[in-house]
Amino acid sequence: MQDAIVILLLPALGSLIAAIFGKSIGRKATAYVTVGAMGAAFLWTLSVFWRLLQLPPAQRSFDPVYWQWIHAGALKLQFGLLIDPLSTTFFLIVTFVGFLIHLYSVGYMHDDDNFQRFFSYLNLFALAMLLLVSADNFVFLLVGWGGVGLASYLLIGFWHTRPSAVQAARKALVLNVAGDVGIMLAIFILVTTLGRLNYAGVFSHVSSLSAFQVELIAFLLYLGAAAKSAQFPLHVWLPDAMEGPTPVSALIHAATMVTAGVYLVARAYPIFHAAPVAAEWIAGIGAFTALFAATIAITQNDIKRVIAYSTVSQLGYMFLAVGIGAYAAGIFHLTMHAFFKALLFLAAGSVIHAVSGEQDMRKMGGLKKLLPITYWTMLIGAASNAGVPLFAGFFSKDEILGQALASGHFWLWLVGVVTAFFTALYIFRLIFLTFHGKYRGDGHPHESPKVMTIPLIVLAVGALFGGYLNVPGAWSVFDDWLAPVFARYPGGTIAAASAAPNWGAMALTAVLVLVGIYVAWLFFGRGEVRTELPEGVRGVHKVLYNKYYIDEIGHAALVWTTDHLGIALDLFDRIVMDGIVMGIAALVKAWGEALAPLQDGFLRRYGLAVLIGGVAIVAYLTLVQ
Amino acid sequence: MVPIGYYLVLSAVLFVIGGVGVLSRRNPLQMFMAVELMWNAVNLSFVAFARQYLDMAGHIFVFLVITVAAAEVAIGLAIIVMVFRKREHVDVDDLSLMKG
Repeated sequence: MQDAIVILLLPALGSLIAAIFGKSIGRKATAYVTVGAMGAAFLWTLSVFWRLLQLPPAQRSFDPVYWQWIHAGALKLQFGLLIDPLSTTFFLIVTFVGFLIHLYSVGYMHDDDNFQRFFSYLNLFALAMLLLVSADNFVFLLVGWGGVGLASYLLIGFWHTRPSAVQAARKALVLNVAGDVGIMLAIFILVTTLGRLNYAGVFSHVSSLSAFQVELIAFLLYLGAAAKSAQFPLHVWLPDAMEGPTPVSALIHAATMVTAGVYLVARAYPIFHAAPVAAEWIAGIGAFTALFAATIAITQNDIKRVIAYSTVSQLGYMFLAVGIGAYAAGIFHLTMHAFFKALLFLAAGSVIHAVSGEQDMRKMGGLKKLLPITYWTMLIGAASNAGVPLFAGFFSKDEILGQALASGHFWLWLVGVVTAFFTALYIFRLIFLTFHGKYRGDGHPHESPKVMTIPLIVLAVGALFGGYLNVPGAWSVFDDWLAPVFARYPGGTIAAASAAPNWGAMALTAVLVLVGIYVAWLFFGRGEVRTELPEGVRGVHKVLYNKYYIDEIGHAALVWTTDHLGIALDLFDRIVMDGIVMGIAALVKAWGEALAPLQDGFLRRYGLAVLIGGVAIVAYLTLVQ
Repeated sequence: MVPIGYYLVLSAVLFVIGGVGVLSRRNPLQMFMAVELMWNAVNLSFVAFARQYLDMAGHIFVFLVITVAAAEVAIGLAIIVMVFRKREHVDVDDLSLMKG
């Protein structure tokens, strides 16, 4: 498994070539190099995957070490990759979905002036994410973590002449760095308490930490995870991140960024297992985020914004899963989500492409006939996202809800079920507004080129059939594949995982989803867009449309306070600090001015002073002593 | 042998004459001469003590003083010459550029 580093080197090389030689080798060659790098990385991942499958499950873990990086006293730090089913799953997602998004970008960014720069960033993004999920210690995890933040900053602000894009990029970076600090602090605590940072060393010594230390580390790691994975209240950057080109949104939402937080919690499960308070907290915030974001998504009019809030909501489900200890279920939902969310974003990009840049769903409609491929693939993605029975999202979401119920988290389960209803409602509202009824815009929509529709079709296949890896009551290929990872240390699975599926609860969710779709059809499926809202819901709508005023609250709480703290400190600086400094200077000056007349320029007077002084000293020495 | 008291009295008298000269003269050359007188008053007492206590350290100090005095005169005269070239006359009371 020594060769697994090639998977990282390929996008690294692609990014460098596109950055340095991009202009001289031209657009076409750049596209071949970078897309080819991702494709080759995917093939190499397949080879690694295949070789892992040949081994008995218990031996599917490799830790090739490439070089010793730090050796200071007891602390040893090496650059090594951890190749096991969990990281290989992420490799597959990142390289496969990433490859499709790269391919799609060739069509989407065709006319952009900075084509080469864009592809260089895309490969950098993939590289950072691959490093994040494969590092075998916390420091290189942090390197990948920061690299993902940087690449997302560069890509969200890719159209740097738009002020809104620059602002969104800055927002994403600031919030992500806030999370990075959490991980850094967790690393510092690990160094001082355990003196080791590689996963194997840390996880096998968790029991030697005090309960408080474990909880603290878990909370700090979760701070990083919550910032990266857009958990309430740090979710505000994600909906804004759609200021970047649409393929970037797909990459951020599906493959290379927001899943990092879920990965971290799943990877560090021995820590979270030993920190029950933090784990409950994660699950609770996850459930809340799921419901919270789903309700916002119902009222948004921007097609990408709806999908962005959908991502926040789905991430809530994943955190709900990893919080209650159902790690495999969380990763399963993450994988299915990668398919249907990449599909939804790319399809949305295809729609936006078709209606020449319009993103407001109120000016779309009736695109079903004009964009048949986009329509059908997006419909599959929406059904999967909503959790319509037999689509991928249904199996993965139900596994999470089933395990929540079985492990005794009734309230979390209830929130999840209610969210499932809202999910169906908002995503089918999007479908009906965009594709049904009459076209309300004034452009000439046309289907996208093949290079864009083929990725849609491939992803749609995944969103349609991916769920059959885990069929409740029958088989669980996916969970079995991940099982050795979560069996290595105590706490990787919950006892309830093996319980018989709760068919009644599943049926309830399925019915609520179908009701949600029906309600969406009732309000939005019949062609006309309502501009007048009924009296009763206007207030609620306003709150939801303004995203519960989280941005404004954040602005008031953070920006306003910081501003005024700054003003207060400025006054303190001017009055007190400057007062002290200037006061000392004035004192010295006054003292000097008082003494200056003594130096009057008469040499002989100085001589006299010297003489008198000499006489005085001699007199003192002779008389006193 | 002349008692040491005589030497010391002579030395003190010379020193005071020198001191008064430094303080009362305005011509730097004259002030220099007065300073020289003070040096030599001190030298005289050094030599007197050396003889009294049969200790060569006093002689060594005298040589040191003579050397330093020579160096001082060399620098001092150079300064005086420069000042004279600049101002056509030399009077220490006029040299008050650096006063506070």
